[in-house]
Amino acid sequence: MVYTEGVIDVKIYRNHQETVADVTQIIQDASLTYEQQTLALAKLAENQLPLPVGEDEEILELFEKGIICDLDEGHGPYAPRYILPDYEKFFAQGSQFLRLEPPKNLLEAIQTLQIFYHHVPSITRFPVYLGRIDKLLDPFITDREEAREQIKWFLIHLDRTINDSFSHANVGPEETVAGTIIIDLIGELQNVTPNLTILYDKEKTSEAFALSCVTSSLVCANPAFASDRRFRDDFGDDYGIASCYNGLPTGGGAFTLSRLRLNRIVDEAASREDFFASHLPRAVDALLRFMESKIKFLAEETPFFTSNFLVKEGFVDLDRFVGLFGLVGMDEAVDNLMKKEGRNLSYGIDREANELALDILDFIQERVGGFTSGYGKVWGNHFLLHSQVGAAGDEGTTPGMRIAIDKDMPLYDHLRQAAQVHPYFPSGIGDHFPFDYTAKENPQAVLDIFKGGFESGMRYISAYSEDGDIIRVTGYLVKKSDLEKFNQGEQISYDTIQYAKEPLEKHGILNRKVVGVND
Amino acid sequence: MTEALIQKIIDSSVVDGPGNRSAIFFQGCNFNCTYCHNPETIPMKSPTATSMTLKEVLAVIQSNIPFIQGITTSGGECTLQKEFLRALFRETKKLGLTNFMDTNGSVPFTAMEELLALTDGVMLDVKAADNSEHIKLTGASNETVLQNLDFLASRGKLYEIRTVLVENAFDNLGTIRQVSEILKPYFGTGKIRYKLIRVRSKGVRTPYRKLRPPSEEMIVNLRDILLKAGFSEVVVV
Repeated sequence: MVYTEGVIDVKIYRNHQETVADVTQIIQDASLTYEQQTLALAKLAENQLPLPVGEDEEILELFEKGIICDLDEGHGPYAPRYILPDYEKFFAQGSQFLRLEPPKNLLEAIQTLQIFYHHVPSITRFPVYLGRIDKLLDPFITDREEAREQIKWFLIHLDRTINDSFSHANVGPEETVAGTIIIDLIGELQNVTPNLTILYDKEKTSEAFALSCVTSSLVCANPAFASDRRFRDDFGDDYGIASCYNGLPTGGGAFTLSRLRLNRIVDEAASREDFFASHLPRAVDALLRFMESKIKFLAEETPFFTSNFLVKEGFVDLDRFVGLFGLVGMDEAVDNLMKKEGRNLSYGIDREANELALDILDFIQERVGGFTSGYGKVWGNHFLLHSQVGAAGDEGTTPGMRIAIDKDMPLYDHLRQAAQVHPYFPSGIGDHFPFDYTAKENPQAVLDIFKGGFESGMRYISAYSEDGDIIRVTGYLVKKSDLEKFNQGEQISYDTIQYAKEPLEKHGILNRKVVGVND
Repeated sequence: MTEALIQKIIDSSVVDGPGNRSAIFFQGCNFNCTYCHNPETIPMKSPTATSMTLKEVLAVIQSNIPFIQGITTSGGECTLQKEFLRALFRETKKLGLTNFMDTNGSVPFTAMEELLALTDGVMLDVKAADNSEHIKLTGASNETVLQNLDFLASRGKLYEIRTVLVENAFDNLGTIRQVSEILKPYFGTGKIRYKLIRVRSKGVRTPYRKLRPPSEEMIVNLRDILLKAGFSEVVVV
């Protein structure tokens, strides 16, 4: 099959020359750090294997059409995509494999965490979930000033060694000394890692702490806000927010995330009927098959779930992992279906278009829910829907369920529309809003808007300042100044900068409608 | 009166009182400030203003719940339509919203007890403490404004004072000193904010577009004086 840069993200190597060419390209790429080269070479080696699904003509055809996309997960997954270790258990029992006792003071707590993080794999090799770091550290704080200094260096260590801004830590919902110190420090540090989310509940989170989180987000785009109540309703108490904004069970995580470009499915369909009767179910079924084969490969043909210390010492459990069924391109899918009916109705703006989107989601939810996986007991052996936000080749495909940026949506209508689709996606969906300088003077206003969003049904929302250097791209953070350097051919320590290039330069992220003074 | 002349309603304003609010701009003002940045709201009638019933205004406000914590009435001068205001505030209270108003202070609040009881906070413009300066700037006396300043503070309803800063044209320093003096008895009883607004040319009528704000050094000085006097917060925009 022909490999087209960006559009088809699965590469089938046919001969030795192709492999040599790619190896050469990687080791000669001056814009990659040594570590990034090593990871690229490892991926290349993995991709010499056939896909776990085998020579499935239908799936390869859907890949070629850009309908299925595996986010470059690799042909032979040998660790789950997202791992959310049970850090509380680790603190309670230590680790035999790592020869670590339970920590007795703040220094030990920070050091043991840093050591542990080094051994947590993920799709990017780096840990995508760092735990509820405020709750983990808070019991060890005896001297506030000393704690501040130690936590500061903890945060610097994370940013400089976890070279991937998908890496996500959580705070809240309750205000703690550790949480306050962390939020206070991140504005000053201006780091892209860790990605930070406050698990917010207006009954449990103090107004002062929530406001300091908003203020911070307008300085460094961190933290984002998750509705703790909604995620608890879905997962119970033991969940975390990992990677972009993915709600997942702790002590587990996600095996895999593959996705459908809904707009590309619509491109193939002659009409709404044709879409629902033929093209959509075919694509959904193919992706289910594709994902199941990957999970089976990981669970049964690699040693992760039998030999990795995370499993052996009970920090994760096979049954607490799920498959993530990703979707993108709802905006273009709906608009194009309307167009095929000769109607000029637009997703986000028009009621009928929004209803069509819900029809599509209901259909997918039912079809995906009707598939029983051999894995994922935590979710009844079903896959979770995930509103995915962007990868290479997504030009012309709006992330997840978002409304295309060039549609000038009034803020509250935008939030209400988002609230309609958020309930479908326990494992992740989110909207990010840039605010102008006036919001910095009135963080309460931003918090009011967030509260309204949560009350309307949203589960995840974030703010950043339009004039700041750090920007939340699709879910992760990057510095605009780093992208400029990267474009000049300079090396940037974190890998996420490579993913940010297209969204920032081609997908109009910088043109999101700014909230602020209207007069 | 169940109708009011409205210039515009902004669904989300982050600069008109605490938190996120819907701001309602009433048509018509009894001051004629040279530096007014929305002079279209000054005439008592305007082709761009709409006569709206209480029900219509409420419908707009209701559609903005749950994203707002309240409303702010502004203008123009909203207290010139005080009957409507009272009826509106009564209804918005029932919706669980807070009521703030932005006023030039020309109508005595002593005569609007019921409205004041329904009001959570007032943003009061004190344009100039010196009366002749005030008349030169607005075309009206500031006697009632200064009485309102004292009265609103005594009732714990004074949320914010607003003064527009203009270089060389007005005695900004004198104004903030006198306001501080009048409010001296009340600083211990509750928080009062001061908003210093740099004059701007956007929207201002042509002859007055040359007005400039004072130097940053001067603004910092004014800010320090206000904080020392006892204001809980000084915002400069």
